[in-house]
Amino acid sequence: MDVTHALAAGMGGMRTAGDLVARMQMARGMRLEPAKRYVAGKLGCTVRDLSDSYAMEQIRGELGLGRILDHSNLHPGEPNAMAAKFRIAELLDVPISSVERFRELAGLEARKPV
Amino acid sequence: MTEAKIPTRMGDGFMVEMTRGELRADIENATREAARKAKVPPLGQDELDHLLDIYASRAAFTAVDIGDQVVLSCDGGGSKMTGTDLLDLLESEQRLGQDILELWHIEYSYKAIKTILPFQQQVMQNVQMMCTAPVQYGAQPNLAFYSKPDGPAENWFELLPRGDIAGARAAIDEAMEHATKDFIYVGEGMLDAGADGMDFDTTGGAGDADFFSTLRAVEHLRAKYPDAGIEVGMAGEFVIGVHGELEWEGRRLAGLWPAEQLAVCQDAGATIFGPAVNIRTGKSCAWNAAYSITVCKPAMEVARIPVHPNVGEGVGGVPVNGYPPEDAASRAAKAHVDILKCDGL
Repeated sequence: MDVTHALAAGMGGMRTAGDLVARMQMARGMRLEPAKRYVAGKLGCTVRDLSDSYAMEQIRGELGLGRILDHSNLHPGEPNAMAAKFRIAELLDVPISSVERFRELAGLEARKPV
Repeated sequence: MTEAKIPTRMGDGFMVEMTRGELRADIENATREAARKAKVPPLGQDELDHLLDIYASRAAFTAVDIGDQVVLSCDGGGSKMTGTDLLDLLESEQRLGQDILELWHIEYSYKAIKTILPFQQQVMQNVQMMCTAPVQYGAQPNLAFYSKPDGPAENWFELLPRGDIAGARAAIDEAMEHATKDFIYVGEGMLDAGADGMDFDTTGGAGDADFFSTLRAVEHLRAKYPDAGIEVGMAGEFVIGVHGELEWEGRRLAGLWPAEQLAVCQDAGATIFGPAVNIRTGKSCAWNAAYSITVCKPAMEVARIPVHPNVGEGVGGVPVNGYPPEDAASRAAKAHVDILKCDGL
């Protein structure tokens, strides 16, 4: 069923910009259209690009926001997971709890508000 | 000339054949029934026609239009069969493309999670190191677990049939105190461990007191964690009045339908609301989708926060079946997104 819904109606998670739009819904309670417009504005793309895996693969790669990894599509040396979340927090101007916790545990300097 | 038969599903997942005319009749009857019960407007003719087009198709699968995709919050997502929670969530992120991941334990109750909180916190910390998509923590309020023989309070479901209303309400009040403390304890623990949000899944399953206990926890967590996601997913289309006198800011919780459920959730501080309309197994999926959409639609008009209708197994027009058929689940997803213009599922 998870696959069914992902294909029938889901944005696509980090295959596209679904995770980024989701962050604005979760952290800011933004409804779908404002959240999509906000993320598109930050990425410098159209709203339709947000659920286009072709467009978002390029954009995520350029901005270091993490990309899907598989045997024929690997990106060593590019940010993913926690490293990518540092960039996502900066780009979306929204605090990410695990990033703040990582900074604290690693003894890194706190994030400066934009 | 006889109408062609179209393969379609019943609410239990069984495949039957119905004509376009029979499907239309089901959809029209469902919206009338929903409008009567929930005291809401029925769907308009354009909406009924669109719903009929979705369900009168012979396609094995259907989907929303390009660009109309929505955020999936995936409560209780993943398979739990991949070896570890971390692998399960990585697979959900990397292979299924889920928008919001959810860490959860098979003992899916806050009361049970309380006893293994450090274990779940460690898993959350590990998961957050490896996942890029947001990860929330989910469990169910399950207020009934706080009554005897499972919990400390007297069993109000035994007191009520005896006519001991005052005793039942006192027992519920006691259970609610324990429950809200547990929800807050687990919520604070998981958010402190790096969770991007909390999911109160199947809220109201034990009635208005279950809902009230959850709202108190939501309010507390919102005040303490202003940037955290808080999803409240409901258990059913209206809140059962087990206590009967509980109010949230002057609104009586017993008997609330989705629009009013949403209003109290967003006032309490939730950032995502998930209405749930349980399936009628003896009715067709077309009937169930029409009923669900009619009941949920007024919520879309008062929503300040995202609305993610539940379209899991046995809710929102998806058959109650361990393996919900793809044709039926995809039709339910498309129907809700297209007609409700909802923010997610």
